[in-house]
Amino acid sequence: MSQVSVKQNAKVELQPQGEKAEAKKEIVYSTEKVNLWYGKTHALHDIELDQREQEVTAIIGPSGCGKSTYIKTLNRMVEMNPDVKVTGKIYYRGQNIYDRRFPVEELRTRVGMVFQKPNPFPKSVFDNVAYGPKIHGIRDKKLLEQIVEESLKGAAIWDEVKDRLQENAFGLSGGQQQRLCIARCLAVEPDVILMDEPTSALDPKSTLKVEELVQELKAKYSIMIVTHNMQQAARISDRTAFFLNGEVVEFDKTDTIFSNPNDSRTEDYITGRFG
Amino acid sequence: MAMNYIDQEAVSRQLPKRIAINKIIRGLFFGSTLFGLVVLAVLLYDVITDSWGWINWNFLTSVTSFDAANAGIIGAITGTLWLMIIVGPLTMILGVATAIYLEEYVKEGRVRTFFETNISNLAGVPSIVFGLLGLTVFVRMLGMGSVVLAGALTMSLLVLPIVIVASQEALRAVPSYLREASFGMGATRWQTIKNVVLPAALPSILTGMILAMSRAIGETAPLIAIGIPALLIPLPSGLFDSFTVLPVQIYYWTIDAALNAELASLAAATIVVLLVVMFILNATAILIRNKFQKRF
Repeated sequence: MSQVSVKQNAKVELQPQGEKAEAKKEIVYSTEKVNLWYGKTHALHDIELDQREQEVTAIIGPSGCGKSTYIKTLNRMVEMNPDVKVTGKIYYRGQNIYDRRFPVEELRTRVGMVFQKPNPFPKSVFDNVAYGPKIHGIRDKKLLEQIVEESLKGAAIWDEVKDRLQENAFGLSGGQQQRLCIARCLAVEPDVILMDEPTSALDPKSTLKVEELVQELKAKYSIMIVTHNMQQAARISDRTAFFLNGEVVEFDKTDTIFSNPNDSRTEDYITGRFG
Repeated sequence: MAMNYIDQEAVSRQLPKRIAINKIIRGLFFGSTLFGLVVLAVLLYDVITDSWGWINWNFLTSVTSFDAANAGIIGAITGTLWLMIIVGPLTMILGVATAIYLEEYVKEGRVRTFFETNISNLAGVPSIVFGLLGLTVFVRMLGMGSVVLAGALTMSLLVLPIVIVASQEALRAVPSYLREASFGMGATRWQTIKNVVLPAALPSILTGMILAMSRAIGETAPLIAIGIPALLIPLPSGLFDSFTVLPVQIYYWTIDAALNAELASLAAATIVVLLVVMFILNATAILIRNKFQKRF
């Protein structure tokens, strides 16, 4: 397992892909009839969603609508809760993620996650970013330094931390911590990045920085972002899914959702009539 | 629309009484706290006056003797050290491994509840019972005799539940978002435990360890049960040598004080030494806790 990852790391070097990807965007994730229960609570109903390559999909909806739960099924993080039961199929690049031959560790290597609350390790800035490459078997110090630098640059935080790489990450501001977590995620060289309300704990200025960063990252990664903030969804996403009570009410191009929604409930939510 | 249910005058009338009750209650709580402190102070005063003049270099470095003036506790000190050298690492490895298994690997459910209930019950078993267990299994069945290894194994069983419970609590206190961050990058459970969970839990685990050690240092009954000797002239130098420890020494000298009053002073002096050792251990535990506590 670690052998495979090392090869993978050597091959893909955080480089922008060619322009032909623009022509036909492949589907990275497809969700078919996914239902989920927390014990007896039916939290997700027949979810059907596709995530395309190099696109940002925003998931919006009121609190408790299942949007965070859904995104956590995609990297099977939802299983941290022992009472969870999932039915239906989720394919990541054609592979069923619940297939026994597809180890969850491999899935999570290709699909990174950024959490609601910045969660750096109580280690130095450098060790935070080097954590992922290290667990996947990279020992070479020079290589690690290079990965750390490129990842921090990729997360637009290099200039702020380059002189304090050995300091504890807890000394950074909340916004910096969140971008550090994004850098830590990039260091594993994922294909998809799942973001679970990544700016909800941040001030407006840090939020803006993260939003700009998402726009940049889109060129290389497929991103799915859960957000409370409709303006944020409108600003940064290509497609938007509106969740309500564990169901996808509407899933379409962001422009369409915000200018001409199909469902009256979507319109009510977007115009602020509830939520 | 002001409500008019509360009679301000009545409130003013009652208020002095309510304040007085508060003061009395506070006094009662202070008294309870004082009680423990006073008893401790009396105990300290008593042992220190009894042992006055008996604690000196000669006392700390001589072997026991029938002659009180020449008797020392180097034998008991060596025995206590031997005990610690084995009990410490053994309980640390077994206890932390058990705690990791229960907290990180076993899913919540019947199996875990079964293990946990049994371990908590074990923590409440009287120490003399562990002594009898040690006597039956290690001393007799395995034929070790009353040696260092038999005593250390018995003592390890006694404090193991404490180490397990303390380590479990330490692991539980590690915030789950740290685990999520590690799992989210594709780390296995063991990599997550080794690199993230254990380093974060270590200070609390060490604190629990030290408290368990100070319990082991002070325990007397189980060692008397396995039959360690009253008088020991050669110092223990290996796992299969006879030994004695500080609290057992105190016990025998106290009993013999009926024959020779000077032995009571020796017992008091040994108590002071034991208390100093325990004080140092507890202070270390507090220092470790304070040093690492503010990290999350």
